[in-house]
Amino acid sequence: MSYYLLLIPLFPLLGFLINGLLLGKLNKKIVSIVACGAVGLSFLWGLKLFFNLLALPADSRIIEEIAFTWIPSGEFNVNVGFLFDPLSAVMVLVVSGVGFLIHLYSIGYMHDDSGYGRYFTYLNLFIFSMLTLVLANNYLLMFVGWEGVGLCSYLLIGFWFEKQTAADAGKKAFIVNRIGDFGFLLGLFIIFWSTGSLNFITVFDKAPQVFAMGAGLITAATLLLFLGATGKSAQIPLYVWLPDAMEGPTPVSALIHAATMVTAGVYMIARSHVLFLMAPTTLMVVAIVGVATALFAATIALTQNDIKRVLAYSTISQLGYMFVACGVAAFSAGIFHLMTHAFFKALLFLGAGSVIHSLSGQQDMRFMGGLKRHMPTTFWTFLVATLAIAGIPGLSGFFSKDEILWKSFSSDYGSIWIWAIGLFTAMLTAFYMFRLLFLTFYGGERMDHHAKEHLHESPKIMTVPLTILGVLAIVGGYIGIPHILGGGNNFEKFLEPVMGNVQHGGEEAMVMASSGQNGGTELMLMGISVVLILASIYLAYVLYVKNIALAGKIRQSLSGLHKILYGKYYVDELYGAVIIRPLIGLSLFLWKIVDVILIDGLLNGLATIIGDISKIMRPVQSGLLRRYTTVFLLGVVLILGYFVFR
Amino acid sequence: MVPMPYYLIVGAVLFVIGIAGVILSRNLIIMFMSIELMLNAANLTIITFSRFLNLMDGHVFVFLIMAVAAAEAAVGLAIIIMLFRNRETIDADKFNLLKW
Repeated sequence: MSYYLLLIPLFPLLGFLINGLLLGKLNKKIVSIVACGAVGLSFLWGLKLFFNLLALPADSRIIEEIAFTWIPSGEFNVNVGFLFDPLSAVMVLVVSGVGFLIHLYSIGYMHDDSGYGRYFTYLNLFIFSMLTLVLANNYLLMFVGWEGVGLCSYLLIGFWFEKQTAADAGKKAFIVNRIGDFGFLLGLFIIFWSTGSLNFITVFDKAPQVFAMGAGLITAATLLLFLGATGKSAQIPLYVWLPDAMEGPTPVSALIHAATMVTAGVYMIARSHVLFLMAPTTLMVVAIVGVATALFAATIALTQNDIKRVLAYSTISQLGYMFVACGVAAFSAGIFHLMTHAFFKALLFLGAGSVIHSLSGQQDMRFMGGLKRHMPTTFWTFLVATLAIAGIPGLSGFFSKDEILWKSFSSDYGSIWIWAIGLFTAMLTAFYMFRLLFLTFYGGERMDHHAKEHLHESPKIMTVPLTILGVLAIVGGYIGIPHILGGGNNFEKFLEPVMGNVQHGGEEAMVMASSGQNGGTELMLMGISVVLILASIYLAYVLYVKNIALAGKIRQSLSGLHKILYGKYYVDELYGAVIIRPLIGLSLFLWKIVDVILIDGLLNGLATIIGDISKIMRPVQSGLLRRYTTVFLLGVVLILGYFVFR
Repeated sequence: MVPMPYYLIVGAVLFVIGIAGVILSRNLIIMFMSIELMLNAANLTIITFSRFLNLMDGHVFVFLIMAVAAAEAAVGLAIIIMLFRNRETIDADKFNLLKW
């Protein structure tokens, strides 16, 4: 029985081709119907296949279909093939579902933009690449999708390329990602070299035979893969491109730089969990980098004034959580947080976009405030998303974040330190998110008079996706209620055929929970985190609603710390001094000295010498027939004379 | 019968006149005629040796040279006419474009 997996990425590809080839010839209505329709069809087809998958028994929930052979070359054989299992099913539904909502929202947001058709063309290409990435059945096709989303990210960050900062941000994203891709590619070489294949199923089957547990080779391969993930998913040390990526249109930030593309690294690690589990050292590195990034980005987010930048650092921080989950071998918890994060972070970005839209482009929170009255739908959905990301019980973010925190505490790979830093970061998250909420929607209206007159709620086409995402941000977590709260943790169970029983989670945890011993710990930790989060929300309320002067006083007394955080730890400047400046110096040396003086000098010198010699010889060729004849005659006479008189 | 050196001297004189014509004259027609003169000087020398040594090979050569000279004259004159049509001169020194 054929499931026609190919159709899922094919619809957006067709949409891309139609809109791209007929760019400028279609009116806006047709462009939006084609673009949204393509993604909508992908979502529906993904949904149908998801139910097909559910109908299969849990152990055989793997659909692999080969479309055609792509590279047949001796030992090296790569197919364009697609793999649909619970993991890719989740990703497909998130990508196409959230993608569809953001497409709808974009119709309203980009309405007056002159690059309307171009925008939707890129967006469809992105969805196509992303679906290829998550559906690929081998590493190479995944890499194609990986590069494709990178390209679309570049194109869409630099969408308003007339603006110098936007064009620069696009280039920065592309170049930083290149470093990660380099690592990813080297990792693939090691995998192919060792296992002789790039197909996921083959590689994971062979891995235990060719790699020794914890050996250098598998550690190197997984570390290189992780380097690729740090580039795409904006982790230390390659996260610097994501805050700048906010130069793109806001729906793009929501789709690419919050909900989908940046989670590709998490997906890749979850997909390769068989390899990562064989390299405990790598897992440790992943967990440490993840938790460090989470804390680092959260502290920066505390002080930023640009509404989108706060959200960008928040995204980096939440991605750090997902890597913590991967690092403590709780891969399904990571994917769970990926999914809930896609809902509430997309919602936050779209809400921010709605605010920016209404304020005609103002992004600085110091010039917002009091928007609650003017934009009720935006406010309520934004509030839901903020509560979700803060981890208030009952909303999706609570379940996934708590799952990660619990696993980082209880897993064999975890430790109390990771848990503690994660918890502290959760407090910071609650604080800066409510700071953002209060500064934007509460207090006095600080925008200028002109903007104040234009305040309006966004059109239906923008608020409807907000509402749907708001509902998802609430209920998205209910598929993964932990056992301890009386749920079945269906999400983890659903992913079990892919992830295996790495957690020893399912049954064992339930036994532990019922025996009440470890379960008590889990409940206690949960309680601690909820209390601390509520406390930091109250703190934000005091500082930014009740007593704003106090916030300024605190800022003044901690001005040194504030300056460092506001300057984002000066990492960009550090990279500039340590990497970029020496590189530019080296390039200048190669250009001005090696190329211009050495190579050009050598060539020009050679040419000059030959030229000088020819200057002496040139007059011989006078073009005068009679002179030639005379010389010819003299020659004949000389030769004859030589033979006669010798 | 006229002795052989006479013939050879006439041939040599003709050849030198031809060379002088080519080198000294700037008129293409005259240069062309001088070339013909040199050809016939050579012809005369060959036929002289052929006659006095009783060998018939020389006759054959001379006929061949005459035929070639006739063909060459046709081609050469055609070229000169075309040159004149294009540049309205047949001064050989004016055709000196083919140089550095």
